[in-house]
Amino acid sequence: MSETFEPEIIAFVCTYCTYAGADLAGTSRLKYAPNVRIIRLPCTGRISPMFILKALQKGADGVLISGCHPGDCHFTHGNYHARRRWMVFRALLDFIGIPPERVKYSWISAAEGVKFAEFINTVTEDIRKLGPFEQYTQLIEQTQAPASL
Amino acid sequence: MAKIGVFICHCGENIGAKVDCTKLAAAMGEHPGVAVSVEYKYFCSDPGQESVKRAIRDNNLTGVVVAACSPRMHESTFRKACAEAGLNPYLCEIANIREQCSWVHTDKDQATEKAMDITRSMVEKVKRNNKLQPITVPVTRRALVIGGGIAGIQAALDIANAGQEVVLVEREPTLGGHMAQLSETFPTLDCSQCIMTPRMVEAAQHPKIRLLTYAEIESVDGYIGNFSVRVRMKSRYVDINKCTGCGDCITKCPAKKISSEFDCGLGKRTAIYTPFAQSVPNIPVIDKANCIYFKNGKCKICSKTCQCDAIDFDMQDTFEDLEIGAIVVATGFQVQNNTMYGEYGYGKYPDVINGLQFERFASASGPTAGKILRPSDGAEPKTVVFIQCAGSRDPSKGVRYCSKICCMYTAKHAMLYAHKVHGGKAHIFYMDIRAAGKGYDEFSRRAIEDDEASYLRGRVSKVWQENGKLMVRGVDTLLGRPVEIAADMVVLATAIIAQPDAKEFAKTIGIGYDEYGFYNEAHLKLRPVESSTAGVFLAGACQSPKDIPDSVAQASATASKVLALFSKDMLEREPVVATNNEATCAGCWGCVLACPYNAIEQKDIVDRSGRVIKRVASVNPGLCQGCGTCVTFCRSNSLDLAGFTERQIFAEVMGL
Repeated sequence: MSETFEPEIIAFVCTYCTYAGADLAGTSRLKYAPNVRIIRLPCTGRISPMFILKALQKGADGVLISGCHPGDCHFTHGNYHARRRWMVFRALLDFIGIPPERVKYSWISAAEGVKFAEFINTVTEDIRKLGPFEQYTQLIEQTQAPASL
Repeated sequence: MAKIGVFICHCGENIGAKVDCTKLAAAMGEHPGVAVSVEYKYFCSDPGQESVKRAIRDNNLTGVVVAACSPRMHESTFRKACAEAGLNPYLCEIANIREQCSWVHTDKDQATEKAMDITRSMVEKVKRNNKLQPITVPVTRRALVIGGGIAGIQAALDIANAGQEVVLVEREPTLGGHMAQLSETFPTLDCSQCIMTPRMVEAAQHPKIRLLTYAEIESVDGYIGNFSVRVRMKSRYVDINKCTGCGDCITKCPAKKISSEFDCGLGKRTAIYTPFAQSVPNIPVIDKANCIYFKNGKCKICSKTCQCDAIDFDMQDTFEDLEIGAIVVATGFQVQNNTMYGEYGYGKYPDVINGLQFERFASASGPTAGKILRPSDGAEPKTVVFIQCAGSRDPSKGVRYCSKICCMYTAKHAMLYAHKVHGGKAHIFYMDIRAAGKGYDEFSRRAIEDDEASYLRGRVSKVWQENGKLMVRGVDTLLGRPVEIAADMVVLATAIIAQPDAKEFAKTIGIGYDEYGFYNEAHLKLRPVESSTAGVFLAGACQSPKDIPDSVAQASATASKVLALFSKDMLEREPVVATNNEATCAGCWGCVLACPYNAIEQKDIVDRSGRVIKRVASVNPGLCQGCGTCVTFCRSNSLDLAGFTERQIFAEVMGL
């Protein structure tokens, strides 16, 4: 039997809601899959589509983005900007052949530790089912564009 | 060449039990640019912090990564330690390997591997961190209070009594707001004017309070500690410095049949008027729309009557520019117009009135001198039906929320009615009785038990006129049967709504509001009196429907916030702000659209002769809150966010 595939997932989260929700999952000692690496940003409004592409270029099998619920943004409406940007960017991802299912978008508040843990588990399972993201690995090598700065 | 120190904390067993810290320290020691990689039981302890400081000094470290608990716990602790060791505090970052690693994973190998990724990612970020300096801004010790109702007055008095200057701006000709219109107040039944008017006088006479009535805020610029506010002083046509408030002009004014706003249309006033007898300041204004002179060019009786030569028909609006450190918004509320309920006949039958109109009838200073009389024929109503939630909690026609004060004031109305009209019968249709508050439930029980108000749980479907009576058809859901009452007067407990211009005004001062136009607090539970804009605070019903005790409490809370702000000469802020590269900025102003704080201004780049050669965006660090939304908007990659730069974040991703 082959070894189960362990996806690498990179998460971009805002510090006020989802990062705090992840901390709450920790202080509540909830257990979840260890596949996600979190990158903390002040607000989902700060998340550039380039970060998502960079994560995929780096070799992530999945990317997730999460911030405050609509209406709850600490910076009043950064999450709305993020949502609008994502609506457009998702279509673009699809167009260039990156399955949008590899990029997940969610709202998790500082109080939703349980939701955070469940979300990580769900996403990990979903990405595991999709298998490794190797579509562009070869292309990156061919164009000699090393995944660096 | 980077010399990064990595400090791996065991946090006792909290991290140590699930992450192999020795392995982690060894792996980080191998990482390029890492000069020191050590582990310790508790780095947050005194000896732990000392060892970090020593390592910084001994190795001339250029950056520090502490792999420990969440940055929300100890980021400030370690940044302070770094500063004490001579390293810029913003060259220190925390790798969260406790809350987001050791506590949530069971497999030690997997947890160790994740901890390595997290720490390495942070090392890569720190290599690209910049030295940052906290932003300091001066504070102007003068507060602006907008709104002269009970909330505004309380806030102004509290700030002024602490010795700080206050400018109190009210757009009506007098202080007082809605509280001055009320008859008696629940749950004590003390006279509203008796407790309100002394506060109004106190505010007007306070040496630290500058009162500007009949004035409106024209514009607000600047940021916390440094607002510039322009106030429009509307022309009263009466010279405030000459007028003695004798009132002769009011007595002589021939235009006497103007509907009084203060009496909610139930009484009449003249064209030159003070809203009510105890107005503060006691200086009349001329209502230009109704003044005979302004309409026909003839009259000027007031001017002839005035012995102080205070009337000036040529007066123009003037502007006043104020330097302000903090703003308290206390702009209050309005009551909803009930005409959307055609079936209740408000506006059609004169004897269907709203709660605020009932207050004016019950008030000793009101149009009937405190007698409850029905508007149509001035007869004493023998049966009165009160309809609660006429607008509140009704998503289809009214508003979705509970207006909070109506259950209590309806109980009060029933009591006042019982005290004033002996043998009268009050029926109250209600959905629920919400009497949460000190002495409130006891009060509403008194209305039922002592004053024999009949409470009917159910809604009214129709009110119509029949044989000189108002027929009220409703349902008593507790008995499960329809009810019909022949009433003499119907009182609607109208919903409390935001001021009609609340949203527009929010944009003027740059604060957030909800779908109804009530102003948003920074945090519903933990920062209920701060707006989302630093230095702007919220008091009273402009934030949500509130009764008097709540408004006063909130107003005092804003005063304490303002005074805390004024206790410093300079404000220090985190330097996590956007910066712009003016050389590459194309001036597309996408960032201006993105910024929720109006922190981005246009700046002219001029050549030696002073000619404008380029216009670029310029971030005001005093206003910028550091969300970074503009950075993502920037088409030319000119904007960046200190502490979360593109370079840093890309490095973090690549470090994983």
